[in-house]
Order: sequence, then structure tokens, then C-alpha cells
Amino acid sequence: MAEYRLEMKGVSKSFPGVKALDKINLKVRPGSVHALMGENGAGKSTLMKCLFGIYKMDEGEIFLDGEKLQILNPNDALHKGLAMVHQELQPIPERTIAENMYLGRYPMAGMGPLKVIDHKKMNQEAAFWLDNVKMPYDPKAKLGSLSIAQMQSVEIAKAVSMSAKVVILDEPTSSLTDNEVEALFRIVRDLKTRGVSMIYISHKMAEIREIADDITIMRDGTYVGTWEVKDISDDEIVRQMVGRELTNVYPPQEATATDEVILEVKNLCSINSRSFQNVSFQLRKGEILGFGGLVGAQRTELMEAVFGMRGIRSGEVIVNGRQVQITRPRDAIKDGIGMITEDRRGTGILGCLSIADNVSISSLNHYLKAGLVLDLKEIEELVDENVAKLSIKTPSNRTLIQSLSGGNQQKVIISRWLANNPDVLIMDEPTRGIDVGAKYEIYQIMINLARQGKAIIMISSEMPELIGMSHRIMVMCGGRLTGEVSGHEATQENIMSLATRF
Amino acid sequence: MTKKTDIKKILLDNGIILVLLLLVLVTGITKDNFFSLNNLSNISVNTAARVIIAFGVSGCLITRGTDLSAGRQVGLSACIAGTLLQSADYSGKFFKGVGDLPIPLVLLTCILVCCIFGMINGIVISWLNVPAFIGTLGMQLVVYGICLVYTKATPLGGYRRAYTTIATGRLFGIPYMFIIAFAIGLLMWFIYNYTRHGKYMYAIGGNEAAAEVSGVNVKKTKIIIYMTAAALYAVAGFLLGAKSGGASVNMGNGYELEAIAACTIGGVSVNGGIGRISSVVIGVLVFELLKSSMQFLGIPTDYQYIVQGVVIIVAIALDIRKYIAKK
Repeated sequence: MAEYRLEMKGVSKSFPGVKALDKINLKVRPGSVHALMGENGAGKSTLMKCLFGIYKMDEGEIFLDGEKLQILNPNDALHKGLAMVHQELQPIPERTIAENMYLGRYPMAGMGPLKVIDHKKMNQEAAFWLDNVKMPYDPKAKLGSLSIAQMQSVEIAKAVSMSAKVVILDEPTSSLTDNEVEALFRIVRDLKTRGVSMIYISHKMAEIREIADDITIMRDGTYVGTWEVKDISDDEIVRQMVGRELTNVYPPQEATATDEVILEVKNLCSINSRSFQNVSFQLRKGEILGFGGLVGAQRTELMEAVFGMRGIRSGEVIVNGRQVQITRPRDAIKDGIGMITEDRRGTGILGCLSIADNVSISSLNHYLKAGLVLDLKEIEELVDENVAKLSIKTPSNRTLIQSLSGGNQQKVIISRWLANNPDVLIMDEPTRGIDVGAKYEIYQIMINLARQGKAIIMISSEMPELIGMSHRIMVMCGGRLTGEVSGHEATQENIMSLATRF
Repeated sequence: MTKKTDIKKILLDNGIILVLLLLVLVTGITKDNFFSLNNLSNISVNTAARVIIAFGVSGCLITRGTDLSAGRQVGLSACIAGTLLQSADYSGKFFKGVGDLPIPLVLLTCILVCCIFGMINGIVISWLNVPAFIGTLGMQLVVYGICLVYTKATPLGGYRRAYTTIATGRLFGIPYMFIIAFAIGLLMWFIYNYTRHGKYMYAIGGNEAAAEVSGVNVKKTKIIIYMTAAALYAVAGFLLGAKSGGASVNMGNGYELEAIAACTIGGVSVNGGIGRISSVVIGVLVFELLKSSMQFLGIPTDYQYIVQGVVIIVAIALDIRKYIAKK
């Protein structure tokens, strides 16, 4: 028997302009749980996608039980003994548990010349495998009637039924209660004794300690190293995860922050009990306030709630000393708040409209003649002014926004909000998917705004950006605010330790 | 990009219009009377009512909706106008004993009644989140039913001269219908390009979620769009009644599909966000020319339906193709 169940050797993958993976190694022993750790964007998901044939790797080799393997697509991976339990499950809740388990490989039976699905056999087999992982659900029940944790165990039962040799668990506990986590770990230990290997992706240190045997750490698409969990301390793990030098360049920070509180959030609780709870913070005039945390820390959800895109159950939002009721974006805009959302394509750009329309859409109220007719000339001036001020590179104001680069699209969206002259601008991942040059320009715009006395909230998953740009940084973890660090005291280590305080 | 692919792109993007214009040209050359002043004037009158309906539907399409109740609302409006504008001496008068009502008052009544249905459409679509296709399909049946109840399915006729003159009359040789449609077109063009409402409409069609985040009142805008559309159907129905000199519950049946097809042929995208008033005008004109050509070429009515159906499918397939290419 080979020493390793699964071996990935020298895996590299590039996307246009980015080297996502650079010679990554991963060696998983038979019957072990192998933790895979790294910051957001370290390349964990990309690596798993390469393993499953979703991405084609540029170079590298995969061995399963010592044999070289070519994996064409996820279905192929499944048949070769690799299974994945996704971070976001993709089941069909309206169909039965058995149907979900056997989707695409239904047992068939002959019925005269026709082939029909053998429901009896399918249900029996499903029941057998569910029982096998000690999750005796009724296979005929609708999948949607189960909790997320139970759906996960169905996925695991499915993997076992296909005699998977390697099961990947991608942040399996992110939406589970403590009891559910215990149940999941029971299954994991059971699979271990049967010789199934598992790759366990998680940020939670305590879980890694409890369940994992080995750990591989990645950083910025590179391989850092592999340790036995018992040989490495928590601090060392954090250090290895973030241990890079600051390579990005940021404009010099200016002491523009004042003492005047412009926005105050008190005990804000999401309408969704799994999202943010009891969050309080203050934002001051001229301040750039960073929000750090891991994926799933609910930073976006918090800010979208402040902006009225999501519901809150309780809590107060106070703007300029006045308590306000914000139930939709229109209310927030009236109260002087602007929001650059994380999903530029989904909730930012109006793709098939011109730059001029995209800039002016939320400030048309300021350009009415006789309360009715739009002053197109003045709007044109507004657009010209912004295109020049933010140096948006475009052939003309009539150009469709979808034909611009990401950085220029982002500048158009920033112009849209500047046209409203807001006191508070919330920027959710403002430089995501933007090239380095445009990033610097956006940083400069932010600093200029702060100088004018605007207050900026910046959510960022890029630590160096967070540290390089913020006057203060609030760190969230699992929907709670876990701490605050001032900009000059912030280090990747102290942010990371707050971000993993589950 | 080479010149050759440029030509190919132009041909594909405007293919259906070019083919239909070719057909018109062939008809014009082979049939003597096709390009006569009389026929062109006839086409302009036919187009007038249809383009008003299409203006209404275009707003729904631009916001990624649709309005399948358009045709039945046209019919209802024609029937309301018909019952209220019959000659006092007409033997089959619907409301016996009711004197002559002012024509503008009747038009206003038609508009108000249809606007109520338009408002319900808008509310169902924006507040109850019912897909426009289903919501307006239901409304189509509701309006038809109400029209049957109201008219007791009696055909209406014996209109006052003053009413029918609106359709048959001319100013300096130009049919009133054409002038009215032109004026409405100007108004709609103004709304689409020079008002907040117009900009909001395009924004919703371009990306509804982003429009909402930008502070656009999406629900209100949609309700106004469906109400405006209904008002236009009312005007169209009123005019069609005058033109035919009579009305029945079946008037306007299927007009919504022709209006949707015409908009799409002209370049209003069913994927939303794209479509100008000029696109609507071109689309309707081309569609009406197609129908007229087929009549002149002596194609039996039954076959004309088949051709129209094929044209609709091809037009939408080409439109979708443009959209996919952009991705």
C-alpha cells in the first residue's frame, strides 16, 4: 500500500494576471483527517477545484493510492473515489433524500422495453447507507425537511455509498450548532476507522485540534508547509498563515479622523439568528474605519443591514445624533449614507446602460427643472466632472459600463455616490478584482474623501489593505464584534487572532 | 474586427427587419397598388392603433416584464366607448334613454377604467412578486370576463358621427389617427428620455437589484409603467372602436402578442434595459407592412398566422443571441 492515500504534487494554476496556485503539495495519509488552512484567498478552494477537475491545472500531478490520476470533471472524480461536502450545499430540497443521494445514478429496472427508476431499490440502498453512518433518516422524506447539519450527513452518506476514499469537508461547521458539530465529528471519526481519508478545510483552531491529524498551510497561493497537528502551536499556525511581508503600496495615511461621531450603531441584531448579533460601533468624521474578519464573519450582512438592504430585529442606528429608521436603501440615502456593494455585477453596475446613466441614477432628484424635466445638460456636466476627477478611462460618457475594466467600473460606482454628497460611504471590498494601479487610485480617492470630512467604512478581506488604509479596525467573527485595534497597532497576527475567536 | 464580420454582424442584428423590408420591396414591385397613397394611408391608420399599444407594452418589456392583458384591455375600452357613444336614434342602443355624452368624458372614462386594471397589474407584480407573465395572464382572463358581463356579449354599433370621425377624419390630408399616434409617440419619447421615471425604468431593466440599492423606488416605478400602459391601451381601444364603427368582446384579442413581437423586432430587448421609442415605431411599422404585403400577395389568412408566428420566434431568437454574445 502506498504511503499516502492522496498526493498532489507541484500543482500550479494561473488566471489572467494572477498566479492562484504556485507549486502546491498536499499529502494525505490513509485514514487521517488532514486540515487545510490559509487566509481568504490563499488558494484552498482553487486547489480543491483543481482536484475535482473543475479547473484544469497548468502543471502538477495527482496520485491516488500511488497511482497517477487524470481527473476530467467532478463526476469523474466521484467515480474515482473523491467526494466533496460543499461549503454551500447544492441539494434539491423539494425531492426526497434518496433521490438526492442517487441523482444522476438512479438504479434502473426493466419494465418491458422501458427502463424505469427502481424506487424500491433506491430507497433500500439509501436507507442502508444512512444507517451505515448512523443517521437513520427516512429516505423518502423530503431533503428540505432536514437541517443543514443533517443534509451534510446525507452528503457524507452519499460519499460513503460511492465508496469514496477521500472526502473533502469544506468549512462543514460554519453554520452548525455545537451539538451538530459533535454529531458530525462522530461520523468523521467513524469514517477514519474505516480508512477513509478526509481533507478538512476550516479556520477554527479548536476544531482542528480536536479532529485533525495533519495540517497543511497555504499562503497567497504558495505552499508553506505540512506539520503533524500535535507538533505545531496555535500561534505558530497563525504566524505561518499570515507571515508575509507587506508588499502592496498604500498612499501615506493622514490623520484626518476627528472626534465628531457621525454614525453610531447600537446593539444591532440581524433578523436572521445565524447572522450578526449585538453589534455596536461608532464612526467619526474624516475617519476610515476598517472591518476585518474571515469569510462568513457577517461583515457584509451587517453593513447591508445598516444600509437597509437587510432586515434587523433590534438595535439602533444613529446618524448625526438623530436616531433613524432605515428599512430600504432609499431611507439610508436620504440620511446621507452611500454604499458600494461587494457584488459589483449583481448590485452595482447597470450593465447595459451608459456611464452617464450609471453615474446619475441615484442623484436625479437634484437635477429636475420645474420638478419634472431632467436637466440633461447639468447631468452631463456632473458626469464630465466625475470622469475627470476620478480619472475614469472611457472613450465617452455614452459608453456602456459593462465594456469598462473592473477598476473603472468601480470608479463609476464611486462617482454615483459622490454625486449624492453622502456623509458616510460604506465600501464593501472596494478593490476586489481590480488591478494594482486602479487599486492605488481608489485608495487615493478614499483618502481625499476622508480629508473632506467624509466618514468611510471599508470592509476588506485583504489584511495588508485593512492595515494600510484604516485609522481603526473592527474585527468580526461569527457575527460578533470580537475586537478593535487602532490602525498603527494593527498587525496581521492580532487581527487574525481576533478573527478566529469563535 | 474585419469588415467582413462587421457586415455579418449588421445582417444578423437587423436580419429580420432587412428580410421583411425585402418582402415589402418585392410586393411593391410586383403589385401595382401597394405603394399607392391610399394603401400607405391605410397602413398608417392601422399602424397608429398598434403603435400606441406597443408603446404601452414597451415599458413593461424594458423592465423585464410583459403585459398579456393588453389586448383584452383594448377590447374593454372599445366596448365601454361603444356603449356610451351610440346614436340616440339607434334601435339597438345599449343604454336606452341616456343622452349624448361629451366625447372627451367617455375617453376619460375608458382611460380611468383601464388604469385601475393597470394599477392592479403593477401591484401584483411589484408588491406580491408575481411574475409579470402569470400576473397579466390572469388579468387577461379577468378583463375578458368583465367585458362579457358588461356587454352581455352583444355586438355594439350605430355610433355617433362625431365619434367615428375621429378615426376617419383628416387634417390637411393626414389622418387624425396618425396625428394622435404621433403626438403620443412624442410624449412617450419625452418621458423615456427626459424624466426621472424614464431613467428609473431603464435602470430597473438593466439591473433591478442595483437600481434598488441606488435608491430607485422600484415598486412605484413599475406600478406607474403598468398604469401608463393601460392608459395607452384605453386610447387605442377607443380609436379602434371609432375606426371599425363597432365593437365586440373579441376586439383586441391577441394584440398583446403582436405588440410584444413588434417591439422585439424593432430592438426592445426581452432581457430588459434596452429599447427606444424609435425601436417600437420601426418594429410596429415593419410588422404592419408584413401583414399588408401578405394580403397583397394573396396569401390566405390561415397561412399568414403561420408566417407571423415564425417571424416572432425568429425575432426573439435573434434578440437572445445578441444578449448571449455580450456575455
